[in-house]
Amino acid sequence: MAEEIQLLKGNEALALAAIRSGADGYFGYPITPQSEVMETLMAVEPWKTTGMVVLQAESELSSINMVYGGAAAGKQVMTSSSSPGISLMQEGISYIAACELPCLIVNVQRGGPGLGTIQPSQSDYFQATKGGGHGDYHLIVLAPASVQEMADFTVLAFDLAFKYRNPVMMLADGLIGQMMEKVVLPEQRPRRTMEQIKEQCPWATWGKPSSRKPNIITSLELDSKDMEQNNLRLQKKYKEISDHEVRYEEFETSDAEYLLIAFGACARICQKAVEEARAQGIRLGLIRPVTLWPFPYKAIAEQANKVKGILSVEMNAGQMVEDVRLAVKGNVPVEFFGRLGGIIPTPDEIVTALKEKIIK
Amino acid sequence: MKEEIIIAGFGGQGVLSMGKILAYSGLMEGHEVSWMPSYGPEQRGGTANVTVIVSEDRISSPILNTYDTAIILNQQSLDKFEPTIKPGGCLIYDGYGISTPPQRKDINVYRIDAMTKSVELKTTKVFNMIVLGGFLKVRPIVRMENVILGLKKSLPERHHKLIPMNEEAIRVGMDLIQKMN
Repeated sequence: MAEEIQLLKGNEALALAAIRSGADGYFGYPITPQSEVMETLMAVEPWKTTGMVVLQAESELSSINMVYGGAAAGKQVMTSSSSPGISLMQEGISYIAACELPCLIVNVQRGGPGLGTIQPSQSDYFQATKGGGHGDYHLIVLAPASVQEMADFTVLAFDLAFKYRNPVMMLADGLIGQMMEKVVLPEQRPRRTMEQIKEQCPWATWGKPSSRKPNIITSLELDSKDMEQNNLRLQKKYKEISDHEVRYEEFETSDAEYLLIAFGACARICQKAVEEARAQGIRLGLIRPVTLWPFPYKAIAEQANKVKGILSVEMNAGQMVEDVRLAVKGNVPVEFFGRLGGIIPTPDEIVTALKEKIIK
Repeated sequence: MKEEIIIAGFGGQGVLSMGKILAYSGLMEGHEVSWMPSYGPEQRGGTANVTVIVSEDRISSPILNTYDTAIILNQQSLDKFEPTIKPGGCLIYDGYGISTPPQRKDINVYRIDAMTKSVELKTTKVFNMIVLGGFLKVRPIVRMENVILGLKKSLPERHHKLIPMNEEAIRVGMDLIQKMN
């Protein structure tokens, strides 16, 4: 039977998709613009149906460490917050990455730095893709650009997290979180049974049988020789993820003379900018990185050889543009256009910036 | 068909819910829709606005520079959005509290005194549905039967008994709207 089409906010779609993904637990602390995530979960009361735990912690530090504990036990757990709250979680995120635990962390970004504004922003790109916490680790970072993707990526994120035993971040923003669009929710998956967890997560701390040694989840290794090996193991995994999990979308690139690069909400606005530019006779295309880490360096490098110039469009002061320049290696001019502090660029501002900075 | 609409007024006038009912009606019609609100402190007594797009084709940006139709419920919003209407587009405004009426000659201007009418009928709660009725009269992008289905979808079940009252308000609005140029 065809699933019902619903009209939902991005935050609501995320919450409902989490239940349907078979999640075992959500731990969070309210913050605008993502409060509807926990509000929706509390209204739907999944603990009465699937048995999923929904818990409002006393702080973001508690939330992320509850996720740490749940994930260590092999459970499918998640948290969500917005920029200042995600900053508070960074210590826990580094520990989770070090311990190779699968989980989902959602950042519905607002404008920073500091407490900043509650309006949409993409200024946590560096934090999400270049570390955030301490140490040589990577999160898999997915950037949804629609309400449908808020739902679909929730399921994808958990699949990737368990496939690679790695935390996944969904890097959304206030625009995608707050807007309503048509969405078809994923099918309900059953929560995994204890037997399935034991089989799929033999590393997890689900209770020691007499037949084996205890599983120990720790990031601490005082012997540098062993710690280097731990790091090399992580780096090997990151290489494998980089080789297999790059995702991106192209719009109108086949005959493009100029190229926009944008992710998340900005990619939606850039699609309209492409339409406007083409109406004026400018052959403009768009590449939208879907995974921000691993970043689609190769796809951008290939397209760069065919165009006269590239404009990276972001709701920040120029963060992803650094990765675009790494990809392009100086072969064509790469410029940046962005709005800051919660201001959303309009399509005609983008076309104007393209003319001023690239076409000239 | 693609209709790009901005609805703007004071917080509490039902701007966001009018947009939501319109978006749901579009959904019932089988169209693509998007609903992008202004959110945050401005909802509490300041100005509130929502961008609604109803389209037969996939919707790219939920954020726009210009609009086919602006539905305006206070002076600040009129000052802000009158210049953003596409030439040949449509401006619908409630006359209540408007000291400087619209000036543009290259758009179709309609006035609907929904606030005055809703006070007169003692139905201020459906003020926004009177305005929606006016809009649907001049821009019939969704059929009445789908508006009713949209109302059913967007109102919680315990409020479904209020649907006939909302339907009546939409019909009042359809009769009330008048062209100004």
